[in-house]
Amino acid sequence: MISFLPYAVAAWLIAIGLYGIVTSNNLVHLVVCLSVVQSATYVLLLAIGYKTGGQAPIFADIPVGTTAVDPVVQALSLVDIVVEATVTALLLALAVQAHKRFGSIDPDDLRPLAG
Amino acid sequence: MSFRGRRALFLVSIPVALLVLVAAFAGLPDFGNYSGVYGRALNLIAVPQRHATDVVTAVNFDYRAFDTMGEEFILFAAVLGLAVVLRSMREEHRRASHEADEEHKFDEPSSLLRAFGVLLVGPVLVIGLYIVSHGAITPGGGFQGGVILAAALLIVFLAGEYLAMKFVAPHALVEFGEAAGAGGYVLVGFGGLVFAGVFFKNFIGLGDPAHILSAGTIPISNGAVGIEVAGAFVLLWTEFLDQALVIRGK
Amino acid sequence: MIVLQTAVLFAVAIGGTAVVFAREPLRQAMVVGVYGFILALLFMVFQAPDVALSEIVICTVAIPIMILLALAKIREHEEESD
Repeated sequence: MISFLPYAVAAWLIAIGLYGIVTSNNLVHLVVCLSVVQSATYVLLLAIGYKTGGQAPIFADIPVGTTAVDPVVQALSLVDIVVEATVTALLLALAVQAHKRFGSIDPDDLRPLAG
Repeated sequence: MSFRGRRALFLVSIPVALLVLVAAFAGLPDFGNYSGVYGRALNLIAVPQRHATDVVTAVNFDYRAFDTMGEEFILFAAVLGLAVVLRSMREEHRRASHEADEEHKFDEPSSLLRAFGVLLVGPVLVIGLYIVSHGAITPGGGFQGGVILAAALLIVFLAGEYLAMKFVAPHALVEFGEAAGAGGYVLVGFGGLVFAGVFFKNFIGLGDPAHILSAGTIPISNGAVGIEVAGAFVLLWTEFLDQALVIRGK
Repeated sequence: MIVLQTAVLFAVAIGGTAVVFAREPLRQAMVVGVYGFILALLFMVFQAPDVALSEIVICTVAIPIMILLALAKIREHEEESD
């Protein structure tokens, strides 16, 4: 069962994050649910790269050649976390702009931009 | 579509999507049985080849430095977009209300918060610089250290006045720093092109592993990315803060 | 190790659900901070200290600050339009 649990947790996080986005009534809440979906991808990537009994791929104090987990997926994840935080900030700025334009941050109250 | 209709449609279609997802995940190797060749090869050759003991940072800034350049410019573009959106809003607001918004006065922070702020700014700054500079040796690097450096400036705002933060990090300097970081990273790549014939090739002499001045161009790339990320986050927060709180006179 | 990983994976699933079901953005900012910590714990257990460091720094500092600033700006607009 342990061999499938991380993938199941990643799928669950995607599903629950999407549920939050679909049923949200507040633009700020929606953006944070989007970051939950993103965290599912990090869990998935790290679960793919894990090797049972492996150490972290830092060879400052362990000799080169000990079993270590995959470093490439870690490199992808760590840059992605910082960049997605910036994109979240951009989405929050758009939510503030929408509030200014339409007077509410309820996604149901937004109309197409006109003029 | 109404809220109920939306939710019903979602609850009907999400089991199908989950089924497809789970079927796709079943094709992956079992958890703990990673067998990729690229990762195992990198773990064996990164230290002898690049003298960098942190293989993750070596992958980010040397083996796959081109991808990191792309990610860095995503960050740059997102901050650019945010600045455009919020500054155009500020211009409209200024035209609409004719208020002077150079002075921002907030309630006095409590003396405990001030004391903690004063005590914490120095250590947080030092920790940020340590993590940026030791990226090739221990876990860390430009991305994490840059956010920590930006957080040190945030402590200045929290413990003092907004004007103090503006004094320490004026807009023009922060924008210049962020652009310089992004440009510096690309210059490192061009240095590799000019001196060694390949874009982003490590062209500075590699020192001993686990020394701070080792791994060639990796500490320089780390520093450039650290400056850029710190500048980006300080810019984000000051853009939000510029008109965030109600002006209260003292 | 396996027990630890299983426990933290369940905690991550519960934390993600809690973030979605905290409908008030102000409360959600706090829950996201805690979720970031649990996620960082998961990354540490998966032998990824770089990723854990990045996750702690972003999810406990950057994201709550941005949520709070966006909320403050929205409230300022509401007060001005009244």
